[in-house]
Amino acid sequence: MLQTKKISSVELTSHFLQRIDQNRELNAFITVDAETALANARQADISLNDKSGDLLTGLPLALKDIFCTRGMLTSCGSRMLANFTSPYDATVTERLNAAGSVLLGKTNMDEFAMGSSNESSYFGPVLNPWNVDCVPGGSSGGSAAAVSARLCPATVGTDTGGSIRQPAAFCGLTGLKPSYGRISRYGMVAFASSLDQAGPITQSAEDAALLLQAMAGFDPRDSTSLDIEVPDFLPALKTSLDGVTVGVAASFLDSTLDPDVLAGIEEALRTFENLGARLVDIELPNSSAGIPCYYVIALAEASSNLSRFDGVRYGHRAEQYDDLMDMYEQSRAEGFGDEVKRRILIGTYALSAGYYDAYYLKAQKIRRIIADDFRNAFQRCDLIAAPTTPTTAFRLSEKVDDPVAMYLNDIFTVPVNLAGLPAVSIPVGLDQAAMPIGMQLIGPYLEESRILAAAHSYQQVTPWHQRIPEAFT
Amino acid sequence: MAISKSDVERLARLAHISIDPEEVDSYSSGLSRILDLIDEMNQTNTDGVPPMAHPQDIRLRLREDQATEPDLRELFQSSAPSSDRGLYLVPKVLE
Repeated sequence: MLQTKKISSVELTSHFLQRIDQNRELNAFITVDAETALANARQADISLNDKSGDLLTGLPLALKDIFCTRGMLTSCGSRMLANFTSPYDATVTERLNAAGSVLLGKTNMDEFAMGSSNESSYFGPVLNPWNVDCVPGGSSGGSAAAVSARLCPATVGTDTGGSIRQPAAFCGLTGLKPSYGRISRYGMVAFASSLDQAGPITQSAEDAALLLQAMAGFDPRDSTSLDIEVPDFLPALKTSLDGVTVGVAASFLDSTLDPDVLAGIEEALRTFENLGARLVDIELPNSSAGIPCYYVIALAEASSNLSRFDGVRYGHRAEQYDDLMDMYEQSRAEGFGDEVKRRILIGTYALSAGYYDAYYLKAQKIRRIIADDFRNAFQRCDLIAAPTTPTTAFRLSEKVDDPVAMYLNDIFTVPVNLAGLPAVSIPVGLDQAAMPIGMQLIGPYLEESRILAAAHSYQQVTPWHQRIPEAFT
Repeated sequence: MAISKSDVERLARLAHISIDPEEVDSYSSGLSRILDLIDEMNQTNTDGVPPMAHPQDIRLRLREDQATEPDLRELFQSSAPSSDRGLYLVPKVLE
C-alpha cells in the first residue's frame, strides 16, 4: 500500500501513534517518540515518491526495549537501566533503519527478558488485548500486545526460551525465532548468550519473512553471527505443502495438554493434511529434561552476563553505601527486581565451586541429547509441529508468586533454543474463552524458509491470523 | 536439594547483591523450589555424552588486529553515574 501510494508513511505513522495514545492502559510501550517517527515518515514519503525506497521504506515498527537505540531510552524493563540512553544502535536497529522502517517506540517486556507473563517489568504489567484480565505472555509481552491491538503493524522481540513464540501464541500472532546465529545479537542486551535470538512478531508469515529478510545476515561485531548467504525468504513462501512430511510427537499431545489447545492443534494438523502434507510419528524422548536443562544453562549464562551491571559505567547506582563493595551490592539490590535476583543467585549456585559438574556440565550433556533427538527426528520428517504452550493465556497474578509454575509454561519452547533451531508460532484457533491457541512449526537448522512456507500455506486457507481482538477492531 | 539460609547469604555475597535479613527465608524457599525442578536432570542418563556448550560447532573467528571503532569516550561516559576528566569515579579503595 505504501509503494502504490494508497497511503503515505506520515498518514500510517500518525494512525498508529494515535492508536498507541488511545490504548495506553495496555501498557505495551515503554517509550514512544512521535516527533522522530513523524520526521522519519516524512523522509520515507520523499523516498517513496522518487522511488528510491528500500525493503521497508515508510513502514512503522516498534522494538522490544532490549535493543539498543541511539539517543533513546533502552531500559530492558529494569530499574537498573531506567536511566540508560544508549550511545549506539544495535545491528537490528541499524538494519531496520537502513531498510527504511519508521521506529514508533520501544515495547514493554519482562525485566531483562526473564519471565513468561510480562509481570516482572519495572514499568508494570502489560494487558492482553484479547482479555485485559489475562497476561500477554512474555518476555516480549509488550511487543505482542502492541501488534495484537494493532498499535503497530509488526514488532521485533527476542527469544531465549520462548519469549517470541509464547506471547505470539497468547496474542493470536505469528512469532518467528530464527536459527541461532541468523540475526546479529550485537547491541541486544544479553540474557543467555548461547540461546538468545532476535525475531519478528507479526500478523502473518509473509510479514515475518519480510522482517527476517531485513534483519538477517553476517555481522562481524557478533562473534556467533553466521557468515553465510541469506536466502530470499519471500519467494520461498510459495513452496507448497504437497508431499511435505510433518513430524508429530505423541508425547507432546498427551492428557497434560489443555483439551482446547489439543483440539486446536489436531484441527490444524488436519488442515495441513488437506494441503497435501503427510503426518509422521516422531519421538522426542528427552524433551521433558529440557526445562531443568534450560534453566541451568540460561541462568548460569545470565549470572555471568548480568555481572556487568555494577553501577560504575552505566545504569543504576545506589544513593547510599559504605565502600566500593557495598556500592556494588546496594546498586544491584536496588536495580534488579525479585525474579532477576532469583535467577542470578541460581546461576551463581550452578557455577560455584564444587557444583559445576553436577549442574552446568550435566545440563550441557542433556543439551547434546536434546539436540540429537531433533537431529534423529528430522531424518523422518521435513518439519515438526507441536503446541507452543500447554494452555492459552493465563490470568494476571495467577503465577507470579510461583516461579516454578511460570517456568513450566516454556516446556514446548525451550528445547528449540537449546538445539539452536528455527521455529515459528502461528495462531490456529480460539479456546472456549475465545483466547488464541498457538502451534509451532520447528525446522532443521537454517530452514526458516521451510517453516515460513508451511505457515504461509496454512494462512492462505485459514482465518485465524486475521482475527483481531474485538475491542481493537 | 534445599538451599539453606547460609547458602543464600554465600550466593548473595558471590553475586554482589545485598539481601535484607528478613528476605533470606523467602529466597531460601524460592531457590530451593527452583533447585528441585533443576534436580530432575538427574533422571536423564548422560554417561559418555560429550557436553554441548553452544548450538554451533564452529571455531571462533579471528580478525586483523586493526582498530575498527573510533574513540567515543565522552559519549560513553555520559551514561556513567559519576565520571570526571575521562575517568569513572568510585568510592575510595586505597587509603
